[in-house]
Amino acid sequence: MTITFVLLVNRQGQTRLAQYYEYLSIEERRALEGEIVRKCLARSDQQCSFVEHRNYKIIYRRYASLFFLVGVDGDENELAILEFIHCVVETLDRYFGNVCELDIMFHLEKAHFMLEEMVMNGCIVEINKQNILTPIQLMDKSSNPQFKLPLSSSTFSVF
Amino acid sequence: MGTRLRDMIRAVRACKTAAEERGVIAKECANLRNSFKENDQDYRHRNVAKLMFIHMLGYPTHFGQMECLKLIASGGFPEKRIGYLGLMLLLDERQEVLMLVTNSLKNDLNHGNQFIAGLALCALGNICSAEMARDLAPEVEKLLHNNNSYIRKKAALCSVRIVRKVPDLVEYFTNPAVGLLTDKHHGVLIAGVKLCTELCQGSEAALEQMRKQVQTLVRILKNLVVSGYAPEYDVGGITDPFLQIRILRLLRLVGRGDPDSSDVMSDILAQVATNTEGNKNAGNAILYECVLTIMAIEGIGGLRVLAINILGRFLANRDNNIRYVALNTLVKVVSVDTQAVQRHRTTIVECVKDSDVSIRRRALELVYALVNETNVKTLTKELLEYLKVSDPEFKADLTAKICSLVQKFAPNKQWYIDQMILVMAEPGNHVREEVLRTLIVVISNAPELHGYTVRSLFRTMQHWNGQESLAQVTVWCIGEYGEMLVNHLNELEGEEPLTVTESDAVDVIETVMKDVRSSSNTQAFALTALLKLSSRFPSNTQRIKDMIKPHKGSLILELQQRSIEFGAILNRHENIKATLVERMPVLDEATYNSKKADGAGMALPSDTKRATPVGGPDILANGGPKPETTNTLIDLLNLDADETPAHEPRKSAGDHLLSLLGADPLASQNASTNPDNVLMDILSLGSPAPTTGPSSSTSLFPPAAADPFGGSLLDVAAPAAPVDPFGASLAPATGTAPRKTSLLDELDVSSTVPQPPRKASLLDDLGPTIPNANNSLLDGLDSAPIVPATSAYPTIVALQSSGLKVLFDFIKPPGNPQSTTIKASYINLSSNPYTDFIFQAAVPKFLQLQLEPASGSVLPASGGGLITQSINLTNTMHGQKSLLMKLRIIYKINGQDKVEQGQVSNFPQGL
Repeated sequence: MTITFVLLVNRQGQTRLAQYYEYLSIEERRALEGEIVRKCLARSDQQCSFVEHRNYKIIYRRYASLFFLVGVDGDENELAILEFIHCVVETLDRYFGNVCELDIMFHLEKAHFMLEEMVMNGCIVEINKQNILTPIQLMDKSSNPQFKLPLSSSTFSVF
Repeated sequence: MGTRLRDMIRAVRACKTAAEERGVIAKECANLRNSFKENDQDYRHRNVAKLMFIHMLGYPTHFGQMECLKLIASGGFPEKRIGYLGLMLLLDERQEVLMLVTNSLKNDLNHGNQFIAGLALCALGNICSAEMARDLAPEVEKLLHNNNSYIRKKAALCSVRIVRKVPDLVEYFTNPAVGLLTDKHHGVLIAGVKLCTELCQGSEAALEQMRKQVQTLVRILKNLVVSGYAPEYDVGGITDPFLQIRILRLLRLVGRGDPDSSDVMSDILAQVATNTEGNKNAGNAILYECVLTIMAIEGIGGLRVLAINILGRFLANRDNNIRYVALNTLVKVVSVDTQAVQRHRTTIVECVKDSDVSIRRRALELVYALVNETNVKTLTKELLEYLKVSDPEFKADLTAKICSLVQKFAPNKQWYIDQMILVMAEPGNHVREEVLRTLIVVISNAPELHGYTVRSLFRTMQHWNGQESLAQVTVWCIGEYGEMLVNHLNELEGEEPLTVTESDAVDVIETVMKDVRSSSNTQAFALTALLKLSSRFPSNTQRIKDMIKPHKGSLILELQQRSIEFGAILNRHENIKATLVERMPVLDEATYNSKKADGAGMALPSDTKRATPVGGPDILANGGPKPETTNTLIDLLNLDADETPAHEPRKSAGDHLLSLLGADPLASQNASTNPDNVLMDILSLGSPAPTTGPSSSTSLFPPAAADPFGGSLLDVAAPAAPVDPFGASLAPATGTAPRKTSLLDELDVSSTVPQPPRKASLLDDLGPTIPNANNSLLDGLDSAPIVPATSAYPTIVALQSSGLKVLFDFIKPPGNPQSTTIKASYINLSSNPYTDFIFQAAVPKFLQLQLEPASGSVLPASGGGLITQSINLTNTMHGQKSLLMKLRIIYKINGQDKVEQGQVSNFPQGL
């Protein structure tokens, strides 16, 4: 019962974020992403949010123009994953304020940081939004004396 | 210095085509490489961030891996942060670079700053390899007792990874893991419960220890259920559903097979099941998990009723997600409590017709599990109705399921035949070959239904629309039982009367033969049927001759041969024709079933046939026509038992006989060059005299003879026996072949008849013409006398999976004991062709391996052909060590890559 990957895909099928918790080569990933995105995007809203593909089960949910897809292995609780996706979106929303595709594109690393706090090695570890965001907000506040920041990159503005 | 990350993303977004995007990325990568070369410190983490973006787009980024390591080693948090992120995204545990990071990780694990330690734990938890796990386990274990919850929770999940990588460490982590269960922090609890679950799955001892903690788990769960609103971990009005689910899951593990623990947890399970609100997704997630736990632990009746009721509610829910989950659970529960699931049968059958493919698949699986003798009729009817309207891509699955259900639970043969005809009448060719074969065996075994079947088929064929399976069965039945179409024999009660003339019956065959959709396989069926009809319907003989004739010029060897030989029989051997084309003897159901049960590895009759290159792979692909040819001989010899395993020999022997009978001048020439003219002599004695043909067959082979080949055949063969040089070598040769069981049937026969002449002729004739008969029974037969060396080592099955079989034959070149030549042959057992087939092998150092090019790279479906390949091995430690080989086979099915691996350690001794 683990999450094998988390994907964010827009309506055109372009990947916006990809985090894998098991090793797949670049070619395999591209192929897999293509296949499941095609499968999921073709489904209507009335159909259920679960799709079986190869030996993964994909649980997906659409928020505006973004599809959140989570691949799990055989006996994961599908409804819980659905709830988890919602949790991810709420967290992104709290951080970015009305999150949109571009926020994630231009702050990919931030999105990853959040996901990293929430999922580790394919297991959900934290769902409290404050706990998730604290380290990131701390980092944003460059004034925090805890960190010895090099002069050249006092903030992430260099990005 | 390059562009800003923002600008790169903009540039990528602005790309209109994939080629444009590739251009932008290539340029960016070149800049990055330069920047890395210059060891540009200031922009290092911007560069890594770019790399991550490029990686996400699906381009290779391996050149940046070292940069991540450098960032991790640096002192600043933002650098470390991005460095670790890069590490987790761009690297994986298989890369050796990862070893370099062990030391940095160790330092960071012990860092005073919780976030830095957290980062290291997270990275370790996501990507650590077994070696790293072993090296860093003590550090992680120490952090499990850290007073900071942020670190404890990450350490717990990191331990999950470590335990998974190094299972011996389970014991080491058990006590700290149990300690985590008393933690107050939710994140730590989630992680701790997960760690406990992982430990329990890995070790029986840990499970035992965890059983002592049931009370603790129950208490945590109880606190969650009864506690009021807890804003920190509230999801839709429910306190921490994720933790509840985790605990329920652990309880499932603990309670399974342990009545005491099950008893302890029953109260809380009941409480969860009744108190959880089912109107929100989070609540349903918990209910779902709770039901699974209740059904898995040791039975408590009342609780199960509760669980089944929840599932009933789920199933009736309008939300498709909930219905999916319900079906998914019912599949798991059906073995525990079939009765309860049966109650929901109607709803489940409705779900098979759902518009959503995910739900349909689940429901179909469930229906399949639910069918039994009592409900098979209603359920099959439903499924058949649905088959008519289902999506094309769903049909194959559905057809296979229906066929197997009908076969398994049919209350009587007539019903079975009826249903099969209905399935076959569906458009599209979804009925599989073995299903067809089973049907024919059943038909053949139901003499009282022959008339009914052939008439039903005839009726269905009036609306024929190119269904291959229907055509084949119909043509076969008309060939066998054609006269029953016309004379209303065996009419069943309530059967609709049908008036058919002889030429109507021939019309059906003509339709099939003229149709462009009919494969050569079907054509072959049709030709044999025509030959048979020629004696059943004498008035149509001329028409049949005209229909057979066009195939004399067929480009397909099998059809051409049939056409020529059958033509000869019709024109020149009227006298023996009636006996020659008698009805096929009843196929032995028991033998057939036991063969089938023995699995794909056994030499199924069809497999055996496929190995022969006689008719080209396209004809043999379906394996169907052979029984017919076989037939003629069987009819001729009037052998009436156990012919299933012996198709091959008889078929060829049949050809022989035909040629011996003078049907084919060329073949008879061949035959006369054979040393064993025995059979020919005997037959040529018989054939010129018009009267002896039929009479000899009756006198020689009394129809009631219980002995299949035995006595009667021996009578003929007796004078020949001493002459036959191969008979003696036959028995030992077959004995060494690996497929013993199937061969035993053969052996039975050959032991009662020590030197059956038909076999001897077979050896001679087929031996040289079969370059590669590894798969067939014949292998043992033909190779033995010709290449004596081969028989010293039995053929082995080197790899066998559901879709592929690899066989090894061994040849030991004389004079060099160290070297061995392996003749590998690959057989496709699935119904899809494999393309780009590549075989790879690895051997230990004491062996030297040389792979010759394979005979091809495309492997036709269903064993319709095979690829062969020679492998030369030199065993430098011959006599001390035996061969060992690892295999890896790569191929594509419908464009999808597939890899199979295996190890071969069952090499015969002495190689």
